[in-house]
Amino acid sequence: MNRVMDSEAIRRAVVRIAHEVLEHHKGTTGVALVGIRTRGAILAQRLAKEIEAIDRHPIQVGVLDITLYRDDLSRIGPHPIVRSTEIPFDVTDLRLILVDDVLFTGRTIRAALNALNDLGRPQTIQLAVLVDRGHRELPIRADYVGKNLPTSHAEHVEVRLNELDEAEEVVIETIVPVEGSRSWPP
Amino acid sequence: MAALATSDLTTQTARWTRKDLLGLRELSAEEIRCILQTAGSFREISLRPIKKVPVLRGKTVVNLFFEASTRTRTSFELAAKRLSADIVNITPQHSSLSKGETVLDTVRNLEALKVDVLVIRHAAAGVPHLIAQHATSSVINAGDGAHEHPTQALLDLFTIQEKRGRIDGLNVSIIGDIAHSRVARSNIWGLTKLGAHVTVCGPPTLMPPQIEQLGSAAGGAGVAVTHDLSSAIRGADVLMLLRIQHERQEAMLIPSLREFRLRYGITRERLEAAKPDILIMHPGPVNRGVELDSSVADGPFSVILDQVTNGLAVRMAVLYLVSGAPKVDEEEG
Repeated sequence: MNRVMDSEAIRRAVVRIAHEVLEHHKGTTGVALVGIRTRGAILAQRLAKEIEAIDRHPIQVGVLDITLYRDDLSRIGPHPIVRSTEIPFDVTDLRLILVDDVLFTGRTIRAALNALNDLGRPQTIQLAVLVDRGHRELPIRADYVGKNLPTSHAEHVEVRLNELDEAEEVVIETIVPVEGSRSWPP
Repeated sequence: MAALATSDLTTQTARWTRKDLLGLRELSAEEIRCILQTAGSFREISLRPIKKVPVLRGKTVVNLFFEASTRTRTSFELAAKRLSADIVNITPQHSSLSKGETVLDTVRNLEALKVDVLVIRHAAAGVPHLIAQHATSSVINAGDGAHEHPTQALLDLFTIQEKRGRIDGLNVSIIGDIAHSRVARSNIWGLTKLGAHVTVCGPPTLMPPQIEQLGSAAGGAGVAVTHDLSSAIRGADVLMLLRIQHERQEAMLIPSLREFRLRYGITRERLEAAKPDILIMHPGPVNRGVELDSSVADGPFSVILDQVTNGLAVRMAVLYLVSGAPKVDEEEG
């Protein structure tokens, strides 16, 4: 197990992304954050707090569950637990920023884009991630990255956040692949 | 917002592994909670401008209703459509069943057409169970005789949970024709498993023998029986009414509908002794002026239309869960 980010590194990354978002969008008007369950939702809340602390204006935050849009549901069983999507505002014409913890194959983001498409027509959608570990399987990239992390397929990147895991860190673990299994984030 | 978003992250629910939903009797409290939690997540879909998610795209659901039904059939049909499944409705008068084909032959023919889920209603108890034993597709019981109607009980549980925040410890009185009610039976199983205290109330002619033991087999407390409506209302958090069928009068089980109303009908006057936040529930269709007066059915305590709305979310959840179950378990990445 190799710890690549501690709580201070995570905090600094979120603060930097908050500054970058404000710089790019010149404020918070017409901008909203959408966190992808589970850890992306927590990071979106933290990012919103930092943005509000810097800009002194509120920013809307929603939570997206992408389970119903996964591309592997017919291959896995039993079906995963569906959590609720809570986006208490109309996304049409907003500039949305999707927030997730780890960007890996890009399939989660593909599912999130389709889910958002069913909720309305945003003006733009950007992507913010705490860690980009590479190995994309789809033409997707992040606009805001906390840390670029070169990894191998045999490694597993785990983000642990206080709200959920009683720890605050990012670690890389080497996994022993199970015969015949095909993993898919998160 | 933040509290809402993360509150349900820490509550771990058991995974659903059953191919069929035949009744609440065989479900654990954990499995019931799994359905209710999933239904809670699905409810938001029906509030969207585009009321559809792609999760059951390419699946085929058959509504096989051997007994007439409008609301349950429509609810299942909309649930399947909002999940992007294809749905076929089969009713006996338009099928080969009227030509003497057996139920199992009908099912074998449907399976030869590669359907995925069979939603079955039948006047005889146990038919969905028989079909489930012979079918490779998933079977959902949409009401069998006077036996079980699991999705109705699940939507009732969901509505109580939504309005009261809990089910454990609540007093629920089920009133009316208990003997002929599959809704009562499924609710007794579900409510006792989740820790509610259940009282059944009705005339002795409409009270099945040994009903007090129902629910106790699963380690529950069983149910209390009374023939006095006032004692069923006093202290109750929820009144669950049942439709009184006109045939019961012809079968001499009740002297008249008027007599039934006088002894067991819920009127505004009757509710004066009730808790101030009592919930009035009814599976529909309501006989206005018999088991329930209009002033109560349309009154502030009534959650009858919430039950209908929640029924859609519950049926979406059940369709989603049983469709995922038959395949081999794999580890999630």
